[in-house]
Amino acid sequence: MKTQRITRATGAPLNRIDGVQKVTGAANYAYEYPVEGVAYVFPVQSTIAKGRVVSIDACAAQALPGVIAVLWHENAPRLAPVEDAELAVFQSDAVAYHGQFVAAVVAETSETARQAANLVAVRYEEQPHDVELRADRGDLYTPEKLGGVYEADTESGDVEAALTSAAVSVDHTYTTPAEHNNPLEPHATIAIWSDEGLTLYDSNQGAHIIRDVVAAAFRLSPERVRVIARYVGGGFGSKSHPHPHTILTVMAAQAARRPVKFALTRQQMFALVGYRTPTIQRIRLGANRNGQLTTIAHDVVAQISNTRGFTETTAIATRMMYAAPNRRTTHRFARLDVPANTLMRAPGECPGMFALESAMDELAIACGLDPIELRIRNEPAVDPESGRPFSSRGLIACLREGAQRFSWAQRDPQPRARRDGPWLIGTGVAASTYPVRQYPATALVQVDRAGRYQVRIDATDIGTGAWTVLTQIAADALEVPPERVQLEIGDSALPRAFVAGASSGTASWGWAIFNAASALRTRLREEYGGSVPAGGLSASGAFDTNPEAQQFSMHAFGAQFAEVRVNVDTGEVGVPRLLGVFAAGRIINPQTASSQLLGGMTMGLSMALHEASVLDPRFGDYVNHDFAEYHIATNADVGAVDVTWIDEEDPHVNPMGAKGIGELGIVGTAAAIANAVYHATGIRIRDLPITLDKLLP
Amino acid sequence: MDLESHPANGLRPSCAQASCKECASLRQDARKYLEITLRVNGATHRLSVDTRTTLLDALRERLGLTDSKKGCDHGQCGACTILLDGRRVTSCLALAVAHQDAQIVTIEGLAVDGDHLHPLQQAFKLPLARSTLVRTLLDLTTEEEEHR
Repeated sequence: MKTQRITRATGAPLNRIDGVQKVTGAANYAYEYPVEGVAYVFPVQSTIAKGRVVSIDACAAQALPGVIAVLWHENAPRLAPVEDAELAVFQSDAVAYHGQFVAAVVAETSETARQAANLVAVRYEEQPHDVELRADRGDLYTPEKLGGVYEADTESGDVEAALTSAAVSVDHTYTTPAEHNNPLEPHATIAIWSDEGLTLYDSNQGAHIIRDVVAAAFRLSPERVRVIARYVGGGFGSKSHPHPHTILTVMAAQAARRPVKFALTRQQMFALVGYRTPTIQRIRLGANRNGQLTTIAHDVVAQISNTRGFTETTAIATRMMYAAPNRRTTHRFARLDVPANTLMRAPGECPGMFALESAMDELAIACGLDPIELRIRNEPAVDPESGRPFSSRGLIACLREGAQRFSWAQRDPQPRARRDGPWLIGTGVAASTYPVRQYPATALVQVDRAGRYQVRIDATDIGTGAWTVLTQIAADALEVPPERVQLEIGDSALPRAFVAGASSGTASWGWAIFNAASALRTRLREEYGGSVPAGGLSASGAFDTNPEAQQFSMHAFGAQFAEVRVNVDTGEVGVPRLLGVFAAGRIINPQTASSQLLGGMTMGLSMALHEASVLDPRFGDYVNHDFAEYHIATNADVGAVDVTWIDEEDPHVNPMGAKGIGELGIVGTAAAIANAVYHATGIRIRDLPITLDKLLP
Repeated sequence: MDLESHPANGLRPSCAQASCKECASLRQDARKYLEITLRVNGATHRLSVDTRTTLLDALRERLGLTDSKKGCDHGQCGACTILLDGRRVTSCLALAVAHQDAQIVTIEGLAVDGDHLHPLQQAFKLPLARSTLVRTLLDLTTEEEEHR
């Protein structure tokens, strides 16, 4: 009897297929490829924030045995004009930020390169710099497109009139500091020139984008540049775009006529690979006595650098979270002489939802309502700004599920109601959300006569589980067990796909793989009667856009719950318990999904209590540029973290029914903790991070 | 300035100023190299290192043992943790020349293949997999056992 094999790889908690390589140290990260005759480059960084280089004296550096070359703007290869001014390494004498590369030494060893870099004497002509972000600056500007995509401002109804006539209102300013992405694996590049072109082993979130930018800068056709990023030790957005170190390494290899490698030091990463902009956010909410919002206004001020700027999309979640007839969001920016900011995990949603969800908690208190009930009363029937229906919206289900698991009903809403010795105990809740984003991708699927499948796509696994999850998606699309599928990712020689970012990977890459697998099965059935020909068979598939994205508003949601303990004597804050309940469509792999969401929540806890990059206005640089002074939450800071999700069927998002989860976990966590701190102490902290000095009288 | 003719691009750079005293002293101050022996994961390696080379760089750059990671190079992240004569050490803060006779164990020394993982590696093969974390935990437990 012949039974049909039913494979259900998606939805199964498959172990990471790259797990053994990682725990045994066998997985090669960018800096770890053995390369014959490799030399080392080490940069000299600007000690001024604005001005120009008057002279470079490389005499002593060049004299050092083992030094191969010293590069600066007067002798460096000329690049083609680059769109991103930060990548114009050594193309002029101009200094635009503290820490900018002004020279570099290539040497036989890293020790010599570093010593020689210290011997390069740089004279500057310093100009006054402007590095302070304030909301009252007269020169704030409105970007043409926010984050390159969105309207900077939106407005409907009459916000000011509605605020004046509101029965209950809150009006507060919330601030978040600069935060650095800090993946554990530093940004690194090995550059190898050959007759065929250029090969880069590079730590990034998308090999194709690195390839395109490097090829253009060095006037090569893209086919002559190959970028390999098979294993990447975290990125959090800081590896989405090319940064100066990759250009520098390629240039150094060109000048030295040898392969050259470079990994940024942790300190260098604070100036050269981006960070999350600080934000100043004023939120005004107006409501009637029942707690129904009549107006929402969210006005944001943030910074970008003079070299390149990502205009942070801080208030975009405010546009779709809650119903209100009168609403406004605005974004203004200060252009400063600072290192370039970039994307950092949930750019926009993460700082924006700290402010909005803190304000919602304040409104609940002002209305005398439970914060969950307040959110339920303001649940919109359709996307309030676009008017489109939601493809699915699980916020209330998450809040209710979380309330039950967290025993929310037993909570006394009165602040300072619970105490355990010197510890004040409080609980808080906040919503999370992240849009469903999907970008073009292509994939190739091949099968041989033995029934082994090869799936090729330039996706990138930055620690997320993409190796495993894409294998599962391919297995189900091909209707074979995952063991029969061999995946190849992380190489610009593979079919093009978008970066691992914007929580878009699984949906976009998965869709392309799904289409390629479908095409292969169709070819196999229709052209070959179901049996694989002698030479094997292959088919390509692509995902371009989701037509339903024009009809529906597509977002994942979540509810974050936090319990905190605050010491009355020292102000110390502990978080013994976090709970996240998420609605993100179909979960492809419960094990890797749980880890991603848990990681996001942990990073949110870290944002709430620890992370802040401190800019010294005298020098224009981030001074706490190492792990001793830039504190990231460690095991000792994290208590029990419970991650769960509700079943959600969404037929509109993609064939897998999956929404992205890479960023959802960090959104709202800081607000839940700040709300819990208020509940514990009666002190409202609107300025992150929540450090003990802010809690002591 | 012409790229080809600039001294910076010669394979043997030389100072343009023959009278420069600093350069003269640098030329004399040749790098100090030492022949050393390192015992790593039961194997013995002979190598010549710059005396400034950290144990981490010796493992990664000279011996190609890249399982120990460089996350901060300041002893703050623990990614470079190794067992040095049974004690946890952040190898980025140790000099290679100072540990010639030590028994060094890195994560590669724990399991020969995927079927014979250390229990901690087995546990971390799950999604939180991080060789660095495994190593730190393992070294911690090993150290505790020895000091019991």
